[in-house]
Amino acid sequence: MTEVEVSPEVAEYTEVHRHPEPKGFWSKYIFSVDHKVIGIQYLLLAVVAVFVGMALSLLVRLRLICPECSYPTLGTLFPVGAPEGVMTPEFYLAMLTMHGTVMVFMVLTTAPQGGFGNYFLPIQIGAADMAFPRLNMLSFWTTFVSFLLLMAAFVVEGGAPQTGWTGYPPLSAVPEATVQGIGQDLWLASIAVFCIASLLAALNFIVTILDLRAKGLTMMRLPLTCWTWFITAILGLLAFGVLLAAGVLLLMDRNVGTSFFVPGGLVVSDKQIDHSGGSPILWQHLFWFFGHPEVYIAILPGMGVTSHVLSTFARKTVFGYRAMVYAVVAIGLLGFVVWGHHMFVSGMSPYSAFVFSILTMCIGVPSAIKTFNWIGTMWGGKIRFTSPMLYSIGFVSLFVSGGISGIFLGQPTIDLYFHDTYFVVAHFHLIMGVAAIFGMFAGLTFWFPKMFGRMMDERLSKIHFWLTFIGVYAIFGPMHYLGMLPHPRRYAEITGVDFLVEGGAAQLHLFITVAALLTVLAQFLFLYNFVKGIYAGKVCTDPNPWEATTLEWAISSPPPHDNFGGKVPHVYRGAYDFSLRGAKRDFAMQCNDDKAVYGEQSAASGD
Amino acid sequence: MSDAHAATVTQPTWQGGGTPLAVGHKKLGMWLFIMSDSLTFSALLLSYSYVRVANDWPTPFHFFPSIVFSTVMTLVLLTSSLTMVFAVSAAHHGARRKAVKWIWWTAIFGSIFVLLHSYEWMHLMVDEGMYPWANEYGTPVFGSTFFLITGLHMFHVITGVAYLAIVALGYRRGKWLPEDVEVAGLYWHFVDLVWMFVFPLIYLLSTSVD
Repeated sequence: MTEVEVSPEVAEYTEVHRHPEPKGFWSKYIFSVDHKVIGIQYLLLAVVAVFVGMALSLLVRLRLICPECSYPTLGTLFPVGAPEGVMTPEFYLAMLTMHGTVMVFMVLTTAPQGGFGNYFLPIQIGAADMAFPRLNMLSFWTTFVSFLLLMAAFVVEGGAPQTGWTGYPPLSAVPEATVQGIGQDLWLASIAVFCIASLLAALNFIVTILDLRAKGLTMMRLPLTCWTWFITAILGLLAFGVLLAAGVLLLMDRNVGTSFFVPGGLVVSDKQIDHSGGSPILWQHLFWFFGHPEVYIAILPGMGVTSHVLSTFARKTVFGYRAMVYAVVAIGLLGFVVWGHHMFVSGMSPYSAFVFSILTMCIGVPSAIKTFNWIGTMWGGKIRFTSPMLYSIGFVSLFVSGGISGIFLGQPTIDLYFHDTYFVVAHFHLIMGVAAIFGMFAGLTFWFPKMFGRMMDERLSKIHFWLTFIGVYAIFGPMHYLGMLPHPRRYAEITGVDFLVEGGAAQLHLFITVAALLTVLAQFLFLYNFVKGIYAGKVCTDPNPWEATTLEWAISSPPPHDNFGGKVPHVYRGAYDFSLRGAKRDFAMQCNDDKAVYGEQSAASGD
Repeated sequence: MSDAHAATVTQPTWQGGGTPLAVGHKKLGMWLFIMSDSLTFSALLLSYSYVRVANDWPTPFHFFPSIVFSTVMTLVLLTSSLTMVFAVSAAHHGARRKAVKWIWWTAIFGSIFVLLHSYEWMHLMVDEGMYPWANEYGTPVFGSTFFLITGLHMFHVITGVAYLAIVALGYRRGKWLPEDVEVAGLYWHFVDLVWMFVFPLIYLLSTSVD
């Protein structure tokens, strides 16, 4: 590895984000300002959240196959929501809401960006830490407070909110409309706090990428992971501020008595609500102006990891690197002008719907560029089927499957029919839920040796991959069919709905629930593999077990406190130099100069 | 920051190992924060426009006691921006005492704005019965938007005054640098700029012409 000593100028300039190695337990593991510790904290938060979210989804599934079944433990935990262990329809909605909120905010937003981004962004660009380490710590702990607020909604009187993760008013704005309780307020407070944490984190990411790149690391030499974290941060910076405003308005509607989102003459339970002048559609505009970029916040880092891993294990450079970068930028930009396609059925001028529809279709172009470039990257490569590679191929598969149904839903005429059905549930779970999760699995198995200095068990990872890959298709594939029945979303049960019963919805629900149970069980296999890997995995002394090219693989595993031992790496080449002709090895790391790659002689002859 | 830092900052480079936008981390961070915060205010002002056209808006509205009062408030806030310009300029010329003096003047004008604004609020609520949830002159959403938007702006001004005080103390002791004064200035001007949208949209649009 080629390194340069820190020159006085650089030392001065990077001093802002350098900090001494902490000594005590608290400053080292809890209130740490080290981006690596914060990254792992984000990941742990996401792991806790994802198991909470999965448990909630199982409750939802169980209620759907057997509305009258009794689960005594549940009755003890939630005497109101599940009296004698039988889940009420309201309880079903509450679980549904919390499942969505926990998964979208606490898992899909935190792990790919806060977790992997925090850990690997500074290392991949050759920096000692993020630009603002203290702000970084503040972001994590604010996110943690947000998580606690959200969890508190379970235990307060009245229980968790029942308005879905989108919190549409007037249901969410008028306490009389749902259970009287502060669950919805806690939910809103949690979201507002989360917004602040996320926009501060986004600010930090952008400054870090712009200012802290090592010498020679131009923007077009950045690993694609960094590009996706960069664009994700820009989306976060611009989107979360708007959700914050919307959240404040809704909190005021609930607690101060304003009526931004409550129309006049609203009657709830035979009682006229004492509000007037607001518009529920306004919330939808504000929410989805955030909500659509949020989808990309969840999926873009997964795209970055996939590009990175596919190139590494196909031993080929990324097919069309520049096109990949432009596609990510295009997806990010377009993401801000398509929010209306979530509102086709909310009452919208057909002309507006037309514009939103055309813009939505446009996203198909950069998405297709990415998909074909992923295939092009693998084409003719010497593919090594490691577990991260499998997860990445799985990501491409799920992205295509989920994306195709997006083309359907982007057209108002079809969306009018499908919007409130399981078709949409299948669509967004595949593309933003499961695909993003596969991106995380790819990242976790790929970077595990770097983070912990040990290997995960490849065999177990592969078994887990196949179980999960087949499992998620078994869960979400049939939902497309359910949607075409059409089976409405959010129904707590199908008892007495003749066309659903005759259409075979009950059998399909049973099949999906069994598949979901098995898929959740398979995740414990991964958890076992992960925890065992940390403590008893095969020790990996080689800093670069995957023969990858980016800077994190040039330093020891786990990386030392300031990543590069007080030195600043120099970058000589792009991120994906594989299968080089005439080179000593089949790849060149970014910090290798030509002499290191081709040997003394060929460098001298200018080969 | 020292001369070494200034040297790296003034060499814009996208090649890595420098700051491509030729500004320090803190300044870039503040610009990004301003971008994010301006979207929060945009969301609120757009919501205001949305409910305004959807309702029977109480126009003209006299405000307290007339539009003149809020014009004076605007003038006070604008003056604070001017003194902030002097502060930043003095800081960059190394005139520490002068800069600190101008920062304090800025904070004072900011505080006067908050006091005048609170007086206006008190009057509208106590004497004229306009609250965030009720309004004697028409739709209650008028009061909601008025108090929410001006309230959030006032929160920014109060935060700004505290921020300026911290910068003034820190800069006087040499703990903070001229660049930090400039970053505080960016925030302060942004808060002023927001008022330049709030004042016409909420006050001038609702007042009577004569």
